[in-house]
Amino acid sequence: MSVLGALLRKELRIELRTLEAVPGMSLFAVTTFIVFHFGLDRPTVQGDLAAGVLVVTLLFAAMLGINRLWVADEEQGGFDAVLLAPIDRTSLFVAKALAMLVYLVVLEVVALPAFAFLLLEPPIRAELLLVLALADFGIAVIGTLIGALAVKTRARDLIGPLLALPLLVPVVIAAAQASQPLLSSGRHGGAEAKYLLLLGLYDLVFALIAYAVFDPLLED
Amino acid sequence: MSLRALSSAAVVTLTGAFALVFFYAPNDADQGFIQKIFYVHVPMAMVALGGFVAGGVCAIQHLRTRRSEWDLRSYVFIHLSLILGVGVLITGSIWARASWGHWWVWDEPTLVSFLIVFLLYACYQPLRFSIEDRQRQARYASVFAVVAGAFVPLNFLAVRLAQAYSHPRVFATASGGLPPKMQLTFWLALVGMALLYFTLWRYEMAAKLARGRVRALRRRLAGEDVLPGRSAAPIV
Repeated sequence: MSVLGALLRKELRIELRTLEAVPGMSLFAVTTFIVFHFGLDRPTVQGDLAAGVLVVTLLFAAMLGINRLWVADEEQGGFDAVLLAPIDRTSLFVAKALAMLVYLVVLEVVALPAFAFLLLEPPIRAELLLVLALADFGIAVIGTLIGALAVKTRARDLIGPLLALPLLVPVVIAAAQASQPLLSSGRHGGAEAKYLLLLGLYDLVFALIAYAVFDPLLED
Repeated sequence: MSLRALSSAAVVTLTGAFALVFFYAPNDADQGFIQKIFYVHVPMAMVALGGFVAGGVCAIQHLRTRRSEWDLRSYVFIHLSLILGVGVLITGSIWARASWGHWWVWDEPTLVSFLIVFLLYACYQPLRFSIEDRQRQARYASVFAVVAGAFVPLNFLAVRLAQAYSHPRVFATASGGLPPKMQLTFWLALVGMALLYFTLWRYEMAAKLARGRVRALRRRLAGEDVLPGRSAAPIV
């Protein structure tokens, strides 16, 4: 636990000092809302369109973070340091995934108000936060694993998104479908339970798989 | 089973299956003659998906034992399933055009899920061959194959859920609603396709091992200058 805490503190401190990932992701999200405004040519969005714009924007912004997540470890010897230390390697994965989760939460703290201000017609409902939290968990797990896979390849900026996007399609489906009624004006029902269950199942399955297959990635 | 016997079995079963398709199975009352593409498309899709899962199982074995032949098996499974996958998408598209009037239909969940799975596995080789070190290449490819293997059923579930209310399924299960004559033809076609897949798998395995050996000999003749190149053949 203290190992995990130390690794997580390291991640967050690096991010606070370099500010490489989160500001870029947040700016990207806000800019993308503006792009959507002109691309769709409408002043406000709601319902399925709003859900699509929000989920796709967050996904692409997350992709930027995934690409940056392991770069410092690869280039400046972070991997070697962890391998030299007498600690469980999986704790590195857990710390990275938690850091990614924090980045995503910060991203949403910026992006959601911006979305409500710039594009969204109905007010934001609290239930949306639950949907996004479940989606964030899945994105963090898959992103951390795929980021670790991609960072050792020659074309890492290309391989990362190419692998992560199809893997995250179920998250997009479930998150967009679940948030669709929450982003409609007028009284609509809440998010459908089956999509929340699907998100939960996805999170659980891939968290277990990532936990199981992470070790071989670090061996050298 | 020798490679020759296996090849003959595949040819005989597939020929028999196609004979049944054209001369024994009745025309579909609703879709007519074009429905016969079902006997190619569905077995091909099932075999391709089975191959992806088999690739994942071999990858688990590779991660557990670290023996390179498991990685080679996993590679060949995925490679052949990708090739079949192209066939599945083309035949599915033709079928969709003939019976629904469009080359691509988004409300057919099986076809859409298959496309997503196909796109994911299409990244297997780019991932693999952009890693220089052979051992790392094998390990990373295996990790990918395991994750993707688990993704296949989850993805089908997700795509199916998203459209559960919009369209009823044409076939409740692979053979559930079929009359007996069609069922027999379908099962024979499935067995034939599986045999064909396995035969091709054996051929590619043999070719990869031979290539590895040729390369080792060439290296012995020419010294260490012979580069391995873009191949999953083992280094002997």
